[in-house]
Amino acid sequence: MAIESEVLVIGGGLGGLTSALAAAHEGADVRLVSYKQSTLRQASGLVDVLGYTPDGDGPLTNPYEAIPSLPESHPYRKVGVKTVRDALSLFDDAVPTYEGEHTETNALLPTHGGSIKPTARYPAGASAGLASDTRDTLLVGIEEMVDFDAPHVAAHLDATGVPFDVRGETIRFPGDLRADAKVTRYAKLLDTNSEVAVRGRMVPAREALAQRVNPLLEDEERVGFPAILGDDNPGAIRDAVGDHLGVDVFEVPMGPPSLPGLRLEDALFSALDEAGASIETGNPVVDFEGEDRIEKVFIEKNGAKIPNSADQYVLATGGFVGKGVESDRDGVYEPIFDCHVPHAEDRYDWFEGELFGDHEFARYGVATDDDLRPLDASEHSEFENLRAAGSVLGGYDFAAEKSGSGVSIATGYAAGQRAAQEAR
Amino acid sequence: MGPTPHIAVIGGGSTGAGIARDLAMRGLDVTLVEQGNLTHGTTGRMHGLLHSGGRYAVSDQASATECIEENRVLRDIASHCVEMTGGLFVKRPEDSEEYFQKKLSGCEECGIPAEVVSGEEARAMEPHLAKDIDKAISVPDGAIDPFRLVVANAASAQEHGARIETHTKVTDLIVESGEVVGIEVEHDSGPGKRVHGTEGGTEQIRADYVVNATGAWAGRIGDMAGLDIEVRPSKGVMTIMNIRQVDTVINRCRPKGDADIVVPHETTAILGTTDEEVEDPEDYPEEQWEVDMMIDTLKELIPMLEEARTIRSFWGVRPLYEPPDVGSDDPTDITRDFFLLDHDERDDLPGMTSIVGGKFTTYRMMSEQISDHVCGKFGIDADCRTADVPLPGSEDFSVLRDYMDEFGLRSPIGRRSVERLGSRADEVLKTDGPNPTVCECEGVTRAEIQDAIEGSGSDLNAVRIRTRASMGNCQGGFCSHRMASELHSEYDESVVREAWDELLQERWKGQRHALWGEQLSQAALNYALHATTQNRDQDPADGDPVDFSAFDTGRSQASGVDSADVAADGGTDGY
Repeated sequence: MAIESEVLVIGGGLGGLTSALAAAHEGADVRLVSYKQSTLRQASGLVDVLGYTPDGDGPLTNPYEAIPSLPESHPYRKVGVKTVRDALSLFDDAVPTYEGEHTETNALLPTHGGSIKPTARYPAGASAGLASDTRDTLLVGIEEMVDFDAPHVAAHLDATGVPFDVRGETIRFPGDLRADAKVTRYAKLLDTNSEVAVRGRMVPAREALAQRVNPLLEDEERVGFPAILGDDNPGAIRDAVGDHLGVDVFEVPMGPPSLPGLRLEDALFSALDEAGASIETGNPVVDFEGEDRIEKVFIEKNGAKIPNSADQYVLATGGFVGKGVESDRDGVYEPIFDCHVPHAEDRYDWFEGELFGDHEFARYGVATDDDLRPLDASEHSEFENLRAAGSVLGGYDFAAEKSGSGVSIATGYAAGQRAAQEAR
Repeated sequence: MGPTPHIAVIGGGSTGAGIARDLAMRGLDVTLVEQGNLTHGTTGRMHGLLHSGGRYAVSDQASATECIEENRVLRDIASHCVEMTGGLFVKRPEDSEEYFQKKLSGCEECGIPAEVVSGEEARAMEPHLAKDIDKAISVPDGAIDPFRLVVANAASAQEHGARIETHTKVTDLIVESGEVVGIEVEHDSGPGKRVHGTEGGTEQIRADYVVNATGAWAGRIGDMAGLDIEVRPSKGVMTIMNIRQVDTVINRCRPKGDADIVVPHETTAILGTTDEEVEDPEDYPEEQWEVDMMIDTLKELIPMLEEARTIRSFWGVRPLYEPPDVGSDDPTDITRDFFLLDHDERDDLPGMTSIVGGKFTTYRMMSEQISDHVCGKFGIDADCRTADVPLPGSEDFSVLRDYMDEFGLRSPIGRRSVERLGSRADEVLKTDGPNPTVCECEGVTRAEIQDAIEGSGSDLNAVRIRTRASMGNCQGGFCSHRMASELHSEYDESVVREAWDELLQERWKGQRHALWGEQLSQAALNYALHATTQNRDQDPADGDPVDFSAFDTGRSQASGVDSADVAADGGTDGY
């Protein structure tokens, strides 16, 4: 007997979680299976919709206005602007700790390298750091943390022309953490607010952190830290440190392992759990049965192949980074259902000579019809009950456009909703 | 004796740096100029094999004998650059038994310790060797880090008073009254350490003698004085694997051929190579089939290479030279011997000698002979000491053992740092502040990066070759911004940004030849980290001004509440 559900979503990243959530909201019996840790831990945790056009125009103030002019192959064009907005609403309901829904205008956020980037939604923890906010800013780095050199980030931010003064200072983090402590160690210490020794006196960690920063603060009205301020209680930590300093505190999103990305993943998994979906993580889908329709898929668990069957399937396994799209010297392929991935025959046509050139590989993924069903080489749908969502989709370069999260959320929403409607 | 002669050495590869060290140690005034970084040309683009001589034991016994001699010298004077991996010449069933025997006796004739091992024994040493390897000859091949070696030679030359100018291109030879009397150069960013964004300038460097040690570029320098130096550049591809499939150098035991060697190197293994004549040492095709051939041919020796991950490929050009009357058609026929072209004797133009041909393993011996030649010009009778005096970093390698004890260096990072630095470990690693790891793939710490910056200015590629930072699996995806930040304490942000871009682009260049499978996934991740997370592709600091007021100023400001009175977050559910 196979494990049965109405909608089976494969993939636990932003696309998969959103499709499962959308399908559950439609009242379907949903099951989500995911294999490895999602790529959210690699991502900044910011939710971009569209920052630049494929021609490089931008930063765009309003992402929705630009969508109708995107190329037809773009996933946004498959689902349409209204769906993008509806999908963002679903996201806003599921993750109330994010901001940006008060306006259609993009926000500009400082990055940990010192640039700024356009984004549509941002965690509350980043909101005091908006680059269009004119308050003077102090950035605080940690001596041992090589990913965030505050004086360098501040100087780079200044070079982008931000409308405020910004300075960087470096402190020694309170408590005796190892030189190569992981970001989660800093977060844990602040979460538990354990006492640490400061000049021979025991002080709770949040207060100790503020004490380190206090003498460095001049007239700045806000203070930014790398995104290490807690995993479980970030709001309380920001409040406590901010109260001690008498300023607003914010986090600058970081590269992997990214706490904002992990917090977002947690929030979406909780929302999905609340919506009543069944969730299985840690085991890969390795095989399937079916010709025109997928009958069942097999999940490998401790060496056994467990059949899972559903009426409708959503493929949300990611792109090259998440391994939903793979390649070898001979070509590019989708590894589970072997869906067609259009690509140039000659490997040397996959990329450009410049680092930030117009790389074809960045747009590789499955092509779909307007119902998000993957198409084979002759443009017929591969399977009548399979839809694709997120980075497994081709036809757009999320990195250049800053559109990754938006496409995942919009196509996940559309695929999940339609799968649920069809399963009923 | 009159005043100390001033020698201008052109070329910062192994030979040029070796000559600069040798002459400086003999008390001469030396200025070395290099158009790029040290090792920019051929030296930085080789597979890092320290020849035992086995490779030449059949075809060129004179070279083979030189190799084993110099192999022993370098183990001694450059121990922190050498890993004595040992090497195997392996024979497949289709390879000739006669050649195998010739190789064996050739090694014996050249004084190269060689021993026959059975196929089973060879596989016991190297479990990933193909099951049908018949047998092998074991020889003392090793791996050597050409970057570290050249940097150490240059450092030693500097300690003896030499001036080293990188990123300095020779634009002309100064010829007066039928004699070369100096060089005209263009500094990329002013003399001294390279600093991005600073203006360069031209300089006339007058010299009593000029040594042209530019290898494949020797003809270019010759042209400047109307000299005809017929170097025949020959390209070869090398493909870097992300792990060491073997810990021993694996050579195929057959006469010359493409794709017949695998050299383990630090955390990687390097597959090599091809041999194809090209017109221009700087501009030649780098093609997919060459990379594919490396993998498809060498998998006959090590089958797992078929599925293994490559992290990049690079091409180098050999500075082959043959005297005008030989006329070989095939570059593999051209001797690997070196030639000293005294332009006074050869072309009636006194004041300059060119050195062409030769092999990396014998760079020191070549340097000695050139230095003897130069000293002879001035009647200087000074002994060469380069075979006896260890290079900086290799003075006292017991330091490695001391460090293990003193700092309890169980950590593979500390251990690798000390191995790289050799006897300089103490001076570099004893810092006041914390010393976090900047490059995780290669285990490079802040102290090493800072030491390299001190040596090479704002040039992150120079930092890279000194430390190996950004040369591992991620090819700089996770560490390039960290390396850039390390510059910031000393250099302005715009200088840092330029150096950072340059490093990223250099790392991308070689990776392009490895973009399938795991490395394409890595490239996609790196691209996402740089473009999505950091927006480095559209960085407003490099582009048009942004109208900040047109963007979201935040929920509180949008709703008209004074932001100063509002907590930074909504305060709900713990976020």
